[in-house]
Amino acid sequence: MDFNLTEEHRMVQKMVRDFTHKEVIPTIGEWDRKQEMAPHILPRMGELGILGINIPVRYGGQGFDYITLGLVCEELEYADSTLRVVMSVHMGLNSMGLLQWGTEDQKQRFLVPQAKGEKYGAFGLTEPGAGSDVANLTSTAVKDGRDYILNGEKMWISLATKAHNVLVVARTDFSLEKKSNGLTAFMVETDRDGVTVGDIHGKLGVRAGSTGWVAMQDVRIPEENRIGEEGEGFKIAMSCLDNGRYTVGAGATGLIRACLDASVKYANEREAFGRPIGNFQLIKQKIGIMKRDYDMARMLILRAGWMKNQGLRNTMETSMAKWFATDASFKAASEAIQVHGAYGFSDEYPVERFLRNSKGAVIYEGSSEVHTLLQADYALGYRKDRPLRCELPAYDPDFWQDEV
Amino acid sequence: MANRVWAYVDQFKSQALLASWEVVFTGRKLADQLGSGLTVLVIGSHLDALAKAAIEYGADEVLLVDDPSLEDYRASPYAAALAGAVGENKLDIFLFPTTTRGREVAGMAAIDLNTGVLVDVTEIKLDGDKVTAIRPVYAGKLLSEVVCNAKPQLVTLRGRAFEKPVPDAGRTGTVTKLPTVMAEDEIKLKVTGYQAAEGGVSLTDASVIVSGGRGTSNNSAEPPAEITDESEKEIWKAQQGFILINDLASVLDGAVGASRAAVDAGYVPYVHQVGQTGKVVSPDLYIACGISGAIQHLAGMRSSKVIVAINKDPEAPIFKYARFGVVGDLYKILPPLTAAMKERLEK
Amino acid sequence: MKIIVCVKQVPDSAAAMSVEDGKISWGDAPLVINPWDEYAVEAALRLTEAQGGDVIALSLGDENAKEAIKHALAMGCSEAILVNDPAMAGADTQAVARVLAAAIQKIGGADIVVFGKQAIDSDVGATPSMVARLLGWPAVTLVSEIVECTQSEIKASRAMEEGRQQVAAELPVVLSIVKDYGEPRYPSFMGIRKAARASVPEWTVADTGIDLPSAVVTWPNVMAPPEREVTNEIIEGSNPEEIAAKLADKIMEEKVL
Repeated sequence: MDFNLTEEHRMVQKMVRDFTHKEVIPTIGEWDRKQEMAPHILPRMGELGILGINIPVRYGGQGFDYITLGLVCEELEYADSTLRVVMSVHMGLNSMGLLQWGTEDQKQRFLVPQAKGEKYGAFGLTEPGAGSDVANLTSTAVKDGRDYILNGEKMWISLATKAHNVLVVARTDFSLEKKSNGLTAFMVETDRDGVTVGDIHGKLGVRAGSTGWVAMQDVRIPEENRIGEEGEGFKIAMSCLDNGRYTVGAGATGLIRACLDASVKYANEREAFGRPIGNFQLIKQKIGIMKRDYDMARMLILRAGWMKNQGLRNTMETSMAKWFATDASFKAASEAIQVHGAYGFSDEYPVERFLRNSKGAVIYEGSSEVHTLLQADYALGYRKDRPLRCELPAYDPDFWQDEV
Repeated sequence: MANRVWAYVDQFKSQALLASWEVVFTGRKLADQLGSGLTVLVIGSHLDALAKAAIEYGADEVLLVDDPSLEDYRASPYAAALAGAVGENKLDIFLFPTTTRGREVAGMAAIDLNTGVLVDVTEIKLDGDKVTAIRPVYAGKLLSEVVCNAKPQLVTLRGRAFEKPVPDAGRTGTVTKLPTVMAEDEIKLKVTGYQAAEGGVSLTDASVIVSGGRGTSNNSAEPPAEITDESEKEIWKAQQGFILINDLASVLDGAVGASRAAVDAGYVPYVHQVGQTGKVVSPDLYIACGISGAIQHLAGMRSSKVIVAINKDPEAPIFKYARFGVVGDLYKILPPLTAAMKERLEK
Repeated sequence: MKIIVCVKQVPDSAAAMSVEDGKISWGDAPLVINPWDEYAVEAALRLTEAQGGDVIALSLGDENAKEAIKHALAMGCSEAILVNDPAMAGADTQAVARVLAAAIQKIGGADIVVFGKQAIDSDVGATPSMVARLLGWPAVTLVSEIVECTQSEIKASRAMEEGRQQVAAELPVVLSIVKDYGEPRYPSFMGIRKAARASVPEWTVADTGIDLPSAVVTWPNVMAPPEREVTNEIIEGSNPEEIAAKLADKIMEEKVL
């Protein structure tokens, strides 16, 4: 067993860290306050190759492994959750879905420009009336010749107003008893007639990011944009979540580290009763727990990344990592504010932003409640993962790095 | 017999930099301790006035390499002139100012004279003819004692770290002109022009520095409507703060400094940067406005005599180093402070 | 065009430095490429992008120096050489310059050698001019802008106390680069992969063809700067004018103006 990161891993970490420290962290507080996404973020992430980090070079990406993706997400969310959210939807939920389920033609048409950062991807599963209850979603796709006509509304869609391609799950079969078998996945380009998008304002967190809605009214989508077979939509969505959750968990790990670093710095600077507050046991306890949780979250994420690299099914391990890391990040942010005292309550310090940002991830991509039940079901033997028609390909350095 | 202590005068357009006279003045003291005379070397063009001043500041002997080809500083002919002037003379100590040129000339001299150089020292102790110097390393986070185990011991002195030079018009000394060493066609570098720095006092010479940090962007004023780009807006806001900083600096005859964060964000040009990757300064008065005090910045200014910090955040580390602190908005404090200083300085 | 860029490994500029048992310690801060050297690598890369050619990163140091070298490779240098000789521990600037100059000659055929302005650990800043002197090449130090560069000549602006000196120098030449030159690029991901795989040849001093130069400058003692006793005084008042007036009086009392 080798717990070391490779030299490549460490260099990528440092490069992304340099980027966030130079171009994100200095101004993120202001963008958060303005509730706008800084306009340079997406283009820079594209230019630098971050948007294609773990996609094979032959598909326009950078050819790094799945562990690298996790490390990148950790660094991004250390700066601000909104940057990691970009990776969750663009990479985890959309591009990796294409890598896993897309035909060669779909990879060329959608994955290549996304991996190059020329196009941004988003994921349209959640609806105003269906979140955790995916199988009950109401968007429809009706076959019309060689096309499908899509109708419905997707809600809480990250990058809704920025994305070019949204991986949408809609109902194609209304007759089946088991509702989840009636869902199908499509790649919907947002410039198609009938697609409208908008941002949601007044969010608790991820304020420097784009979260919105995508409405489809009689949108005509050619058959070539159908991802997978008819009826595979639920499986595809769930497998995309295995990747999205991985990025969310990795990001939450970074958020814990951000809380830890901010708390350590403050505890060394701030004095009370004549000594730095780091000397007080109840402050130490908070910092000790943050450090423990950071290590645990990181171990869980690295295990999930390693399993992805090996081509092992990791739904359970990824769920565990996401559940633990996001819960722990919420606690860490709350405790970081406590360490900061009244100052933590003010937006002069970043920790209140950390707390607001941490809450979303406890809800989306499987709420903590969903993951609790999932893990219990695995333990009780009520749940077993069956092989998929298309598995996420194991990381093969030659295949990933060869320029074809 | 030749003098055992030498000093080098760095000049620009026949004007000596202030640090040069500190070097001559310190050289005089070392020469007295060693019972030697002081030789001052000046390289350039039109140097007669400098020779006279060098004697007033302590030279017994002035060597001038005065030639039109040396009018503009160029490393090779200056280094060659220096090596030529030293020639076979056996000297113990050769002092230089730590200016951009002084540092470079001293480095080249170390190669030519087969010795070493103690750069940017802030203290000198003599044990016989042996120099032990103190120099800041890691931008002053640590101090290092250094010695040069060959002769001459080349030493460059940090500006403003040694005693303020006082000229004595009654002193006398000799002036000798030496021939230049390199012919123009041997010199592979030409100076094609000059672009003077923007006005204002240079950071390294300044006895007062007023500095701004990222806090300058914390400005409630709204930029004019024609600025639509968000980062341009931020720069505009911050620059209003630097206008106030500049106002105070001019009243105090000081220079304008900035933190790395402010420079990186494009508020002011890099020449203003104070800190580990900017200039290391130690003025008599340093007023930090909207600077939190990152370790790299502190390294560049914490040896200032009196530090004043103005910052909204009472927890900013800069306050620990500040003699006086004001917890408040620089936009509110600076205008009345400038007015109050003006009044007290009767300007 | 063949360019050699000299890089050094230093503790991160955010490191809190201390002295433990007479040894310099930077705690658990990472070792990084000297920040000034990133500008040097950037300048070298831009020159070859305009002129064609290769950039070779050269470093003198122990195993740790590999991080700096790998960073330079990941930014886009095509190869790298590490002079790693235990006998160079404790070397002073002139000894370092002599070894670098020898290595540059051993590599051979360089048109331009680029340095950062200085290293943020020792803060000496004399290596570029010393190397130029040893090679007998013009030293164009503190370059803030490269105006033009051909196969035979370089035109550049130098940042000096009084402003910018514009110079034209014949190649080969030694440059040192200051921050005004322009932001260094991040390593690219492709560059990172190349760098991680690159094997860096290691030379001893003898391999460069010279005898081991001895250190002339030694540092018998390194210490933390004396704690400065600062009495902090927070100036308060009911309005900015009152605070400003109090502060102005306090500043005047210090007699520093």
